Amino acid sequence: MSERQTVIGTPKEIFDGEARVAMTPASAEQLQKLGFACAVETGAGVAAGFSDADYEAAGVSIVKTAAALWKDSDVIAKVRQPNETELKRLTSEKTLISFFNPAGNEDGMALAKSKGANVIAMEMVPRISRAQKMDALSSMANIAGYRAVIEAGNNYGRFFTGQITAAGKVPPAKVLVVGAGVAGLAAIGTSTSLGAITLAFDVRPEVAEQVESMGAEFVYLDFEEEQTDGAATGGYASVSSPEFREAQLAKFRELAPEVDIVITTALIPNREAPELWTEDMVAAMKPGSVIVDLAAEKGGNCKMTVMDEKIVTENGVTIIGYTDFPSRMASQASTLYATNIRHMLTDLTPEKDGQINHDMEDDVIRGATVTYQGEITFPPPPPKIQAIAAKPKAAPEKELTPEELRAKETAEFKAQTIQQVTLLGIGGAILLGVGLVAPASFMQHFIVFVLSIFVGFQVIWNVSHSLHTPLMAVTNAISSIIILGAILQVGSGGFLVILLAGLSVFMAGINIFGGFLVTRRMLAMFQKS
Amino acid sequence: MEFGFTTAAYVVAAVLFILSLGGLSGQESAKRAVWYGIVGMGLAVLATLFGPGAGLWWLSAILIAGGGAIGWYVANKVEMTGMPQLVAAMHSLVGLAAVFVGFNAELVMNRIARLHHDGEHDALSALAGFAGRVAHKTPVEMGILQVEVFLGVFIGAVTFTGSVVAYGKLAGKLNSSATKLPGGHFLNAGAAGLSLVLLFVYMGTDSGWALSIMTLLALFIGYHLIMGIGGADMPVVVSMLNSYSGWAAAAIGFSLGNDLLIVVGALVGSSGAILSYIMCKAMNRSFISVILGGFGGPAGPAMEIDGEQVAIDADGVATALNEADNIIIIPGYGMAVAQAQQSVSELTRKLRAAGKNVRFAIHPVAGRLPGHMNVLLAEAKVPYDIVMEMDEINEDFPDTDVAIVIGSNDIVNPAAQEDPNSPIAGMPVLECWKAKQVFVSKRGQGTGYSGIENPLFYKENTRMFYGDAKASLDALLPKIS
Repeated sequence: MSERQTVIGTPKEIFDGEARVAMTPASAEQLQKLGFACAVETGAGVAAGFSDADYEAAGVSIVKTAAALWKDSDVIAKVRQPNETELKRLTSEKTLISFFNPAGNEDGMALAKSKGANVIAMEMVPRISRAQKMDALSSMANIAGYRAVIEAGNNYGRFFTGQITAAGKVPPAKVLVVGAGVAGLAAIGTSTSLGAITLAFDVRPEVAEQVESMGAEFVYLDFEEEQTDGAATGGYASVSSPEFREAQLAKFRELAPEVDIVITTALIPNREAPELWTEDMVAAMKPGSVIVDLAAEKGGNCKMTVMDEKIVTENGVTIIGYTDFPSRMASQASTLYATNIRHMLTDLTPEKDGQINHDMEDDVIRGATVTYQGEITFPPPPPKIQAIAAKPKAAPEKELTPEELRAKETAEFKAQTIQQVTLLGIGGAILLGVGLVAPASFMQHFIVFVLSIFVGFQVIWNVSHSLHTPLMAVTNAISSIIILGAILQVGSGGFLVILLAGLSVFMAGINIFGGFLVTRRMLAMFQKS
Repeated sequence: MEFGFTTAAYVVAAVLFILSLGGLSGQESAKRAVWYGIVGMGLAVLATLFGPGAGLWWLSAILIAGGGAIGWYVANKVEMTGMPQLVAAMHSLVGLAAVFVGFNAELVMNRIARLHHDGEHDALSALAGFAGRVAHKTPVEMGILQVEVFLGVFIGAVTFTGSVVAYGKLAGKLNSSATKLPGGHFLNAGAAGLSLVLLFVYMGTDSGWALSIMTLLALFIGYHLIMGIGGADMPVVVSMLNSYSGWAAAAIGFSLGNDLLIVVGALVGSSGAILSYIMCKAMNRSFISVILGGFGGPAGPAMEIDGEQVAIDADGVATALNEADNIIIIPGYGMAVAQAQQSVSELTRKLRAAGKNVRFAIHPVAGRLPGHMNVLLAEAKVPYDIVMEMDEINEDFPDTDVAIVIGSNDIVNPAAQEDPNSPIAGMPVLECWKAKQVFVSKRGQGTGYSGIENPLFYKENTRMFYGDAKASLDALLPKIS
């Protein structure tokens, strides 16, 4: 152990309007259990609802200035991508954990490299099951999805849920969510729980099941093309073909006049957001409708979106292009993000001894590290484990067209008819054959017999499985109907006949009483909870 | 009383019987359905006792009362775990009654033939009831009557010895494993063939000895057939005998010309046949292969099983149960043997009181009688709405925290799905191994009735909770919070 405890420090976010903080009093307590000392810059958590006093109560030391905090801390945890001033404060002993946007921040990486610091970019955490607990993109997207619906509701002049009131009938709002990623699914969940009719679309048909599990309706396209399995691209959507795009836009155009709220979340990694909601669709929407474009930061899924602003179009459609949804729920967002950071640090200190062990062999840590000991380590090699096990293509459940379905049904019906007619034919022939030789008195009984078998089959199929034992006991009791034969014989004949018939009556008597009684006993035991 | 009245009573009784069976589609309607059956039976018996053709009605009444008293006593005394034996024993009574009634018919026919021979037309016309009806039959009708009697006696005799053997096996008085005399199925086939020959002899010569010899042969077939079927196949056997007792009644109904007997016999016969079919399907085996006894030979070497059986004590099981939210219990014959249903019920009550979702998964062939487990659980006051059929619950195992297997083996054997060479390959099984954890309560490290190794016991998420099921559960109960 070194003489000095490793210090985890969190500065106040300097990005304009950013209210989140990378350490909460709760996460600080957990970090201290790992053997770390914790520090925050004074006022760092105020915007997220955590006062300095709260931090002090959790054993966190309060540092007066940002400069002092950066100087004293060995590990700096923050939220937003650091600016140049912040990066210059790094040294070769320090580790920075933050969102970093490595793909669009080459200057930042170069600067961090020149300082020799290790930088872990939270958005680079690979999407594997083990790393879900530190997947900050997902936890932030979850908040964004929720907030998008709330923001839309705030700007939508009607109820989400349909109501029938004394003052008249209120139709439910119709919400379309485009892109069923984490944010999309969160939006779907929020929207359905507010009572809106929710439709959802995604280019990956395999998410339809997830969408439907959240209570929304998946919008299917009439389009036949092998879809890229999301599993091959790390669980993210990929670029689709022009034909597919056309089919998709046509579907949206059809939906535009109906929907009241559109929430678009379609992003493709490292690309400009695809345009999915064109100007003519906006024009086709009802006045008072709301569009929330969660892709505004990357240019927006709707080209009319203005980043960080709310605009109202000529036909009265509100378009919201905020990019700071998580920050608008700073307390919740900070709690989740701080937990992600805490899990990352837990993985970085496998011995729980307060010593950082930056293990570059570890898939998750390697993937998230963008500079390490004076080297740029971005982009990382592909992870050893695939994000989601690729679905075997072996069994393609083909959606049958209505015609095919009908053809199949007709064929089945025909086969069934043929089978039944054949059976009836054979049965009828046998009956006729018997009727030719047998006398009328026999045929009368025979008809009764055949009909009874029919009735028996129809009735018994409906008997519940759990009542099979009572069924046997009852059939047992009533099969003692043979007593009738014995009773009739008792009176006709000599001693031997009377003896045998008497014995039969006696045994059947046992059966009748025993069978019915035991059935009643059993049935009385069946109780509902 | 008028003949028309008796017929009317029979029609009402037949309708009541059909309603009675139909009512068994649900637990609540079933309680009413039994009464339909009882009223139907009472009506039929009374109408026959006081109807035309019945003599010595006081003797019948006394005998019914005597038999009824015994039936009453037995029904009140029997343990629910003893249901399979009781049902088998009762089948044997129906079978024997059918044999007796058939022989009576033969005796009456002989008497009439004698009277015909002696030309005593006064005596013939004085005959009442059944004998009277026989006396007026044409020769063709007599031939048919003989076939009917012969069939009734044959089926009745097979049912009788078969049920007695089944009773012995179920009650543990006979070794439940499959045993055959040398010659196996050829003996049965030979006996059946000989019976057929005897039928023609009987029809040709009108001699009672052919009927008697056939009866002996049929008794042997019943005995040998059921001796050759192993304990695990008993659900099929019992429902098959149920079916036979119905057909026997129907055949006797034909010979006596009684429509109610025919109707009820056909109802019972088809009921038993459907039950047998359901049981066979649940084991993925053909009816023939069950009846011929024993499993078909394995198609190849059984799959190697890796790993070992890991034991666990009551504390470990209790901890897991206290942490679990979703629990499925899979009872089998072992629970019945250990009389553990009360302890299972108590465990269920405690877990449910703790807010856990506890359900039961019942395989169609669990136990020794169709629906056996349902009756045992009902006896122990487990509510029936948490007792599920295999098809209802099989998909829920992946979301289940703990599956507890109590005294069942083959019905939870993953080899049925994984090993194409397994003797039970393709049999639908409860997929309990998909649960996060599986506990198996079992007496020791043996194989089940079918003698098939069960890979479930070697799975990583399986823990073996050795010991008598009742003792194990009683040790577990105080540890559940």
